[in-house]
Amino acid sequence: MYGFEAMTFNIHGGYLEAIVRGHRSGLLTAADYNNLCQCETLDDIKMHLSATEYGPYLQNEPSPLHTTTIVEKCTLKLVDEYKHMLCQATEPMSTFLEYITYGHMIDNVVLIVTGTLHERDVQELLEKCHPLGMFDSIATLAVAQNMRELYRLVLVDTPLAPYFSECITSEDLDDMNIEIMRNTLYKAYLEDFYRFCQKLGGATAEIMSDLLAFEADRRAVNITINSIGTELTREDRRKLYSSFGLLYPYGHEELAICEDIDQVRGVMEKYPPYQPIFSKLSYGESQMLDKAFYEEEVKRLCLSFEQQFHYGVFFAYMRLREQEIRNLMWISECVAQNQKSRVHDSVVFIF
Amino acid sequence: MADHGGGGGCCPPMDLFRSEPMHLVQIIIPIESAHLTASYLGDIGLIQFKDLNADKSPFQRTYAGQIKRCGEMARKLRYFKEQMSKAGLTPTPKTESQGDINLDDLEVKLGDLEAELIEVNANSEKLQRGYNELVEYKLVLQKAGEFFRTAESSVVAQHRELASDEIPEESLETPLLTDQETKTDQGKQVKLGVLAGLVAKGKSMAFERILFRATRGNVFLRQSSVDEAVVDPSSGEKVEKNVFLVFYSGERAKNKVLKICEAFGANRYPFVEDLSKQEQTITELSGRTSELKRTIDAGLLHRGNLLQTIGEQYERWNILVRKEKSIYHTLNMLSIDVTKKCLVAEGWSPIYATEQIQDALERSTIDSNSQVGAIFRVLHTKELPPTFFRTNKFTDSFQTIVDAYGVAKYQEANPGVYTIVTFPFLFAVMFGDWGHGICILLACLFLIFKEKKYSTQKLGDIMEMTFGGRYVILLMSLFSIYTGLIYNEFFSVPFELFSPSAYVCRDTSCSEATTIGLIKGRDTYPFGVDPAWHGSRSELPFLNSLKMKMSILIGVAQMNLGIIMSFFNAVYFKNAVNIWFQFIPQMIFLNGLFGYLSLLIIVKWCTGSKADLYHIMIYMFLSPTDDLAENELFANQKTLQLVLLLLSLIAVPWMLLPKPFILRAQYNRTHQGEAYTPLEGEDQSLQVEANHDSHGHEEFEFSEIFVHQLIHTIEFVLGAVSNTASYLRLWALSLAHSELSTVFYEKVLLLAWGYNNVIILTIGIIVFIFATVGVLLVMETLSAFLHALRLHWVEFQNKFYEGDGYKFHPFSFTSLGDDDE
Repeated sequence: MYGFEAMTFNIHGGYLEAIVRGHRSGLLTAADYNNLCQCETLDDIKMHLSATEYGPYLQNEPSPLHTTTIVEKCTLKLVDEYKHMLCQATEPMSTFLEYITYGHMIDNVVLIVTGTLHERDVQELLEKCHPLGMFDSIATLAVAQNMRELYRLVLVDTPLAPYFSECITSEDLDDMNIEIMRNTLYKAYLEDFYRFCQKLGGATAEIMSDLLAFEADRRAVNITINSIGTELTREDRRKLYSSFGLLYPYGHEELAICEDIDQVRGVMEKYPPYQPIFSKLSYGESQMLDKAFYEEEVKRLCLSFEQQFHYGVFFAYMRLREQEIRNLMWISECVAQNQKSRVHDSVVFIF
Repeated sequence: MADHGGGGGCCPPMDLFRSEPMHLVQIIIPIESAHLTASYLGDIGLIQFKDLNADKSPFQRTYAGQIKRCGEMARKLRYFKEQMSKAGLTPTPKTESQGDINLDDLEVKLGDLEAELIEVNANSEKLQRGYNELVEYKLVLQKAGEFFRTAESSVVAQHRELASDEIPEESLETPLLTDQETKTDQGKQVKLGVLAGLVAKGKSMAFERILFRATRGNVFLRQSSVDEAVVDPSSGEKVEKNVFLVFYSGERAKNKVLKICEAFGANRYPFVEDLSKQEQTITELSGRTSELKRTIDAGLLHRGNLLQTIGEQYERWNILVRKEKSIYHTLNMLSIDVTKKCLVAEGWSPIYATEQIQDALERSTIDSNSQVGAIFRVLHTKELPPTFFRTNKFTDSFQTIVDAYGVAKYQEANPGVYTIVTFPFLFAVMFGDWGHGICILLACLFLIFKEKKYSTQKLGDIMEMTFGGRYVILLMSLFSIYTGLIYNEFFSVPFELFSPSAYVCRDTSCSEATTIGLIKGRDTYPFGVDPAWHGSRSELPFLNSLKMKMSILIGVAQMNLGIIMSFFNAVYFKNAVNIWFQFIPQMIFLNGLFGYLSLLIIVKWCTGSKADLYHIMIYMFLSPTDDLAENELFANQKTLQLVLLLLSLIAVPWMLLPKPFILRAQYNRTHQGEAYTPLEGEDQSLQVEANHDSHGHEEFEFSEIFVHQLIHTIEFVLGAVSNTASYLRLWALSLAHSELSTVFYEKVLLLAWGYNNVIILTIGIIVFIFATVGVLLVMETLSAFLHALRLHWVEFQNKFYEGDGYKFHPFSFTSLGDDDE
């Protein structure tokens, strides 16, 4: 029923779409970032943020602030907004909103498992977890010794369970296969999310498939770059790529055999949408790639607000907010560590 | 209105009709007295500072540090408040202060108090945690002990039943395993470990599941819920919990169980299996808990005292901190001199306040022992000053009605003056029932008598709105009592209040009263509608005709008033073009058509003629030369109609054409000096500069002006018709109101009455009261209110009101309270 969302979308989705668009207008603007970048101390940042939507969340913090407090409070705001939207949502939007958090869940699982592997305190790890990716029995992850146990004990109750089907092995956990697990999970998650959006149809499918394809391609590039020089075989690498996106399937074949960053670049430049990203980088450089990808992502996310009557705005909003929090974290860190010259290195302006 | 002089001294001040004359003032304040000056000016509250540092971000400004300090103090105060509300204390309202406190002293004091409070809290929290742990431990012992006892007794019973010859071991674990297995397993029995503790009820299911999965079922778990919520030692919150006992075998299992317990935030407590020891521990625990309890109580008392002392001062401190913060915010808006010796302030203030401001400046100079006084001078500017009406609590709500549409342009004629009377009156025309009017009057008088009490406290959303508009409602109810008397309606029951009805029956039997009708037997009913009309067959046609005509009269009158207001504006702003080419043709057009209709209505009422006004009006346009025949109301009517029609026709191009051309001519005349055409390339920069120099000298675009005038004319011409029609809502709503109240009265109250049954009557009365209050008093009031609002905003104000000004927001301490929270 493409094109007919306008008739019925607002029955269930109108209120929340209005809410999310209202939230979007609360995102920090370039002027805000300019002011923030001029701050001398974290208190200045707090003072500036108190004039924005973050105000109520920061106003009761006693004065020697820490970067973590700022980030924590900003994340808290995002979580509050998310929870409000989730409470108001009906099917299938609530499922859609839940899908957004699965990525954080995967990250949290990996964080806890790696942390326990390195014998960190569980409470400490729990504090580091992203609050959006929390589930009831997350702390129990520490009990598990191998993937099978991990699955059987804890994850079988979570929405991540189906994604696990591909990576259940009885091998003991180590850094390498945890990373592989993360990517396998992420692949399964993206594919599932993609299928779900296709099922929803309409503008949602159109916009989300674009956004998710970008996400999948970015992950593919990152996997390739990170696995260069490791013992991961080409075949294994190939398995970690999601089975959709612009690069699928031929780009994946080529990426799988890349041996250095310039080869990756060669592959990617065949795809027009990714040309500008790589053209910004000099040869052999991969440091700035993250930022370039983030910038491209932000651009695409912002564009999704141009169309109405679809769920993509929720995904886009959450992602933009997360980017904003990353920016704030970076700025605060730079300010706290007196590295103000590097402030602009990693800040991605949203508007 | 002889107010030409621009608020000159010769004429009496027109407080509400024109906004206060304002001027832009510049104050140069020596830096040492800046703070005091700002504080005195804030007390007066009659100056609106302009932000001269708009390009600077908040933390780059001069007093950013002080603002941060104030913010920090405000945070501490919020912390105190939170603590106080937790402890159930309310800050006692202002105890008369003993002397002023310095901000610096206050800062130190607040810091000390906060540190003390935090320490006290930390101590008591520690104690509380210990106490809670003990309580939990006790619970575990009690509950878990119960498991053992019940298990033991059941096993004894079982054994008796089985009457088995072998005497079972009196071990504590065995009863808990099922009977059969125990026997078989006895040979290779392993020592089972026990863990006891508490887990939150919500998590208990997941806990059990995970335990089962992790150990593949090789644990035995018993849970029992604790009846009351337990305070969790670590979080300090009340949680519903379950006591659990886990039996496991082996070290590996133990580790797993421990980890799971940790993950679930389940508090474990050492558990001794010996029953007598348990008893002993329990008594021991009881002793320790009561001891701790005493310590905690002492701590709480101390904390209570501390908070009490804070509470006494809280309001004062709070106000002080807020004042300081606003002072520094204001000072931040001033530009600082290069020498850093003085601050330069610019701001708007009403002209009448000049002396007060100068006085405040002098006082601050003296009080701060400054060597140089502040310099006060008036700046000349072309910027439009803010709009400021000196309202009182009565006129304020009416002015709010106008402001909701748009704040008046500086010194523009203010419709608020007329709104005070016309708004409640138009409302009452739609809401004419003196019974309902009295009900609303009573409710509103209640609000007014409680004014002192309510104005200080926070009310709900709707209540606040009602309270804010209490004087509007007062007038609305008074007017609706008045119109109700005219309509002769009291909950739709007519009364012969002023004299007996003028109409009497034709004969003594009165048999024809409902069929043929009554005849006039007495003098005309002196005031309002004769009660005899009520319930008669011709009631509706009669009232409709009356109300419809009345609505048109009211409408035409109000629209005329609107156009006349545009005349006042034109005179005041010395805009002759608007008088000759807007006001006059508009008057002619409106009165040529609808003024004439009003005249016809009045003539018809006076003469009692049976002429058909529809017919007259319609054929005035369709065939103006035709004979009026029986519809003629007065001599020479046809000639008059022709003249009026012609005048109206002329008025349209009169409105449309001359004004744009005259404006162009004027523009050309004033710009003749600048006859040199700038070079193409430099055009832009010159324009920009010119705009910069003198605001308001915008580019003259003839086509734009013309289109604007065209739209304006079309709007007026069509508007004259549609607005007049729009006033018919007065009739429609008043009809609806009276019909609704008739329905409620007849179909509910009278119907119930007819049954002669007390219960039905009671129900009927209840339904009637609810319907009257809910539908007529609340809903109808709202709808009539909205329609009156529309008539003012659209039909009345579009004739003259620009409403593109901005409000005067003085820097004042009195409005501080509303800012936060």
